[in-house]
Amino acid sequence: MAGQMEFVQNFPCFSIMLCMFAGIISSALKGKAAKWINTAVLCANILMSAAVLLFAVDKGGYYVYVMGQFPAPWGNELRVGVLEAGMALFFCVIMLLSLMGGRHKLIQEVKEGKHGLYYILTDLMLSSLLALIYTNDLFTAYVFVEINTISACGLIMIRQNGRTIEAAVRYMIMSLLGSGLFLMGLCMLYDLTGHLLMSNIEGKVREIYLAGTGSSYHIPLLITIAVISVGLAIKSALFPFHAWLPDAYGYSTVSSAAILSSLVSKGYIFLLFKIIYRVIGFEVFHDSKIVNILFIFSLMGMIFGSLSAIKENDVRRMIAFSSIAQIGYIYMGIGMGTQAGMVAAVFHVLSHAATKSLLFIAAIGLTDVSGGSRKLTELTGSGYRNKIAGVAFMVGSLSMVGVPLFSGFISKLLFSQAAVQNEGKMLPTLIVLGISTILNAIYFMKTVIRIYTPVGETEYFGVTWRENKGYAAALVCFMALNVMLGVFSQPIVDLIGVGLDSFSA
Amino acid sequence: MGNNLFANYGEAVAILLFVIGFGNLLLQSNLIKKIIGLNIMDTAVYLFLAEKGYISGRVAPIVTDGVQSVETYINPVPSGLVLTGIVVSVSVSALMLSLTIRLYQRYHTLDLDEISLRLNKEGL
Repeated sequence: MAGQMEFVQNFPCFSIMLCMFAGIISSALKGKAAKWINTAVLCANILMSAAVLLFAVDKGGYYVYVMGQFPAPWGNELRVGVLEAGMALFFCVIMLLSLMGGRHKLIQEVKEGKHGLYYILTDLMLSSLLALIYTNDLFTAYVFVEINTISACGLIMIRQNGRTIEAAVRYMIMSLLGSGLFLMGLCMLYDLTGHLLMSNIEGKVREIYLAGTGSSYHIPLLITIAVISVGLAIKSALFPFHAWLPDAYGYSTVSSAAILSSLVSKGYIFLLFKIIYRVIGFEVFHDSKIVNILFIFSLMGMIFGSLSAIKENDVRRMIAFSSIAQIGYIYMGIGMGTQAGMVAAVFHVLSHAATKSLLFIAAIGLTDVSGGSRKLTELTGSGYRNKIAGVAFMVGSLSMVGVPLFSGFISKLLFSQAAVQNEGKMLPTLIVLGISTILNAIYFMKTVIRIYTPVGETEYFGVTWRENKGYAAALVCFMALNVMLGVFSQPIVDLIGVGLDSFSA
Repeated sequence: MGNNLFANYGEAVAILLFVIGFGNLLLQSNLIKKIIGLNIMDTAVYLFLAEKGYISGRVAPIVTDGVQSVETYINPVPSGLVLTGIVVSVSVSALMLSLTIRLYQRYHTLDLDEISLRLNKEGL
């Protein structure tokens, strides 16, 4: 993509800057104004990302956007291709819908004076996510990882009670361990290669790798790869680093839970994809055997996450535990070490993000019509009292279990196809995939049956969709997104393939 | 191997400190000790960068006497990274400390495990 710069190519930079400035300006404004600025920024970002996506699909490949005046080995860069633009578009849509669906709970649960702060934090969160998606510089990525962590911590503790503060502390501790490892890894990588830009590092890494085991840099390189992968795995809550997750997702206000589960952990996973392809190189990463460690942890996560979810009696925490299993699916795709596995992992990032935020937001509608209780036993019949939330919860559950027509089915299909192509890991993958699907079905179907079990007399009142139109609209959009991912999966999968190819180009 | 270790003793110390800090942040149950661990961990990374970035006998690349030879100066990028890292770690420590104050005001203890126990017993 050489030649004259087109105006569209500025949009990635604009969207990052727009979110940051929106956050800064909102700090001087009242809650209501901050809310409108936040919504406007999200809509503008959706339009800009869609324009960039169309441009990238049209031109193919990728382009590099130089920040400042310094050329490649010294300056800072953004790198934009199909996958980056598509991911940015998707993240903005999910964030807009999550905020829309959780707004009434935000007003109830968070003190009046803190609403402006909430929107500042989401602005900062979005800017850091976009920067993680677009940046081509490892140290910039580290700085935005920390901004992401701080704003995520704010999103958890904005609802001030003992639980959320404790959850925020635990989240911060695990996150800081992860970013400490990531920082150490990137410093070591800088010392090994002398570069901070991803594309420049990759060439050097390949040189070191090709020099073979005799080279004195071989072992340091392996250690560096391990440190960076483990750091990002801790941050995205791969089993066994998940201890902070159920409380953070279970007790924060519902928009935060939806954003955290569907975007924050996915931002780190996307960074890991970029590092695998563009910093370390896919072959080197595959040969380093780190993939096998990630693979084993992911399989364990798929089983233990589901088992914990079955034991859980609190619907929000149950969905949170299910996230651990789903993160396991994504790392299983990475751990297979094949292109097909990676495509499946990227697709599952989309599918899980669309489904998990739907489930969190639907669950809040069900608990609201059950006297605010989150116990599964109290939810009996709540699907009749809030019809739209009941349907949405069912759609989310069916998608998670992997019923055709919904997005979860396509990701399971892609994972099994990838497994069949990979001889060494075929059997464990298929067995664990099967077990995990059954376990998913047990706890999700148990809940769906419970919310549709009729009860005669209750003291709880039902609500109709007219009483909260924004909430209903968010749920309908989420369901449509889910079905769209499930039905029109082929073009999306093709685009992911094209995007990953341009990663390694 | 032994020679390499001796020649790079600064880096070895940095990694050792990193591990100490990491362990403290992970394993201590006292919140203040955890934050101290965090600071040791981050500072170890800066020590590592400083050790790697400094070549004895050379100076920072500020040209005053017209000498432009590469041999005279060190690479300024690691120092820049250390500065940025310090800013990040200061803000993160401040956030952790403020969270610790909040928890202490509510529960009058700094022991995270005890706070969790009490939360499980009392609910919110």
